[in-house]
Amino acid sequence: MTKKYHSFYAKKRTFKSTLVEKAVKYFFFLNGMISVLFLVLIFLFLFREAFSAISNIGINEFFKNVEWYPTSEDSRYSIIPLILGTLLTAIPATIISSFLGIILGIYLSEIASGRTREIIKPFIEIFAGLPTVVIGFLILAVGSTFFQELFNAGTRLNALLAAFGLSIILIPTISSLTEDALRAVPNNLRMASYALGISKFAMIKNVVIPAAISGVSAGIILGFGRAIGETMIVLMASGNAAELTLNLLHSVRTITATIAGELGEVAIGSPHYYSLFFIGTFLLIITFIINLISELIIERMRKKLKKMN
Amino acid sequence: MENRFKGNIKKENSSNSIIDNLLIGGIRIISFSVIIIFILILGKIFYEGIGVINWNFLTGIPKSDISKGGIGPAIFGTMAVSIIMLILAVPVGIFSAIYISEFAKDTFWLRLIRASVNSLAGVPSIVIGLFGFGFFVLFIGKSIDNILQTGMLFGQPAIIWASATLAVLVLPTIIVTTTEALNSIPLTFRQASLGLGASKWQTIRYIILPQARPGILTGVILALSRSIGETAPIMFLGCAFFLPNLPLAYLDLSFVQIPIINPADQFMHLAYHIFILATQSSNPTLTAPFQYGTTLVLVLITLLLNLTAIIFRFRFRKIIEVVNRNQ
Repeated sequence: MTKKYHSFYAKKRTFKSTLVEKAVKYFFFLNGMISVLFLVLIFLFLFREAFSAISNIGINEFFKNVEWYPTSEDSRYSIIPLILGTLLTAIPATIISSFLGIILGIYLSEIASGRTREIIKPFIEIFAGLPTVVIGFLILAVGSTFFQELFNAGTRLNALLAAFGLSIILIPTISSLTEDALRAVPNNLRMASYALGISKFAMIKNVVIPAAISGVSAGIILGFGRAIGETMIVLMASGNAAELTLNLLHSVRTITATIAGELGEVAIGSPHYYSLFFIGTFLLIITFIINLISELIIERMRKKLKKMN
Repeated sequence: MENRFKGNIKKENSSNSIIDNLLIGGIRIISFSVIIIFILILGKIFYEGIGVINWNFLTGIPKSDISKGGIGPAIFGTMAVSIIMLILAVPVGIFSAIYISEFAKDTFWLRLIRASVNSLAGVPSIVIGLFGFGFFVLFIGKSIDNILQTGMLFGQPAIIWASATLAVLVLPTIIVTTTEALNSIPLTFRQASLGLGASKWQTIRYIILPQARPGILTGVILALSRSIGETAPIMFLGCAFFLPNLPLAYLDLSFVQIPIINPADQFMHLAYHIFILATQSSNPTLTAPFQYGTTLVLVLITLLLNLTAIIFRFRFRKIIEVVNRNQ
């Protein structure tokens, strides 16, 4: 990626101009290091507070029992129902949006005409930038009653409703990553399969998708990571009861919604305060690993496609 | 890539081709349904919200009964936070991108910076909010108070800390888009400039940055739109539901008083306002038009910003294409 034009620079003449150029370079370098600094600070800071939580409450407390009651007399800090709640919203959301997003990506890359794509693509891009609080509001205002009648759910706000809200923001992410992956497949593969007399759908299914499978799966993993980290939609639509349940129609409480809902009222320096940092650190590590995996997959795909070309 | 072969091979006497066309049709139908759902979502907000919007609504002060009054302070607060966020994030982001694109050789440092930017982009916004609360408010803010003896002025959630946290959040967006813009400037421009005897800094300042301006602006606008839509990180960083007074301070120059944004004040914010209206309202049917109106304002702002960014990017790509063709 980096351009090799350095050798074209003229030899520097005077001591003063060399000094100025050096200073300019170090100025830009220091600015570049600010991202590194903040990433390190985020990790250091969250880990420090998480360790306070472990020394205050004990690591066992977070995984031993199955209740999250940080404000009651006999306070309990189990992260288990929160993890369960996060998965119960994120997994259905990823399944729904992978199905629809991949189909939309295939349509945009392989089927739609150039002009249709030029209209639809910016529209989807705009939708990816819609504030999540807007989706949360609509789910609350319109979706909740509609889905309650549709699924005959006991509680108006539940995990499935949050999953539907999440898929609205995940579909644009997954569809554009799928489209990128499919468009990166060399065109001569398509030509060759047509020449062999294969039909269009069979070509998509047997040639294009297998060639782009790593890019598509990276999109799904990235979407899952986004679903885990999303706050506003689950805070507004999931009902926020820290129940231990596997029923999608029950209300659940996610890690993100717990932090968002409780940090405002917590006493600073209390075990409850530190426990919020502990679950935040947990979330940070999980999303970090997920992003790393998807990046490795994309990197591998790039190398593979380079070889093909 | 563009002139890809898309036609279908005609096959005669084959039941396969019928099933095939059905499946392709299925992909079309599902895709269109998704797009129609998206259009319906936007349409619903426009349809319900457009009736509420008028001058009084946009500039008025909220009343204690939230079905009356306006959202003026929320719009003002959103702008105040965003402006300070841009002041903090844009220079750092552009300078980082200049380092990545123009100075760095493929060394350890470049790879470290690249990896950090990517990782920072993937950190969930709520975790950045948590960091902002712990680091900016409780650590930096409290330290400033201790040194300046200002009591509890900075050691509490305020505009400046919300802006700083959002700046950390959007920094990767600015860096990535600006690096792309700088990288797309043809190498020959740099060679020509250097060949004429310009120094590296002169080349960047007078050749590369002016050429990349639309691309850089795209990144800034995208960052702005993202920060306006973020609710989770600012919820505990000084956002208030009801503040009749604007967060202003007056710069006293004896003959005239200039109002400036008070960075140590609390603020109202559009996105947070929507959240509170939707979740804490005692009578949802009565306040529904008001909620849709507020949502429509936020949606219009982000749509307009995103559209501008898309147009800028389109024009930038056209310029680069023309430049490359003429070489």
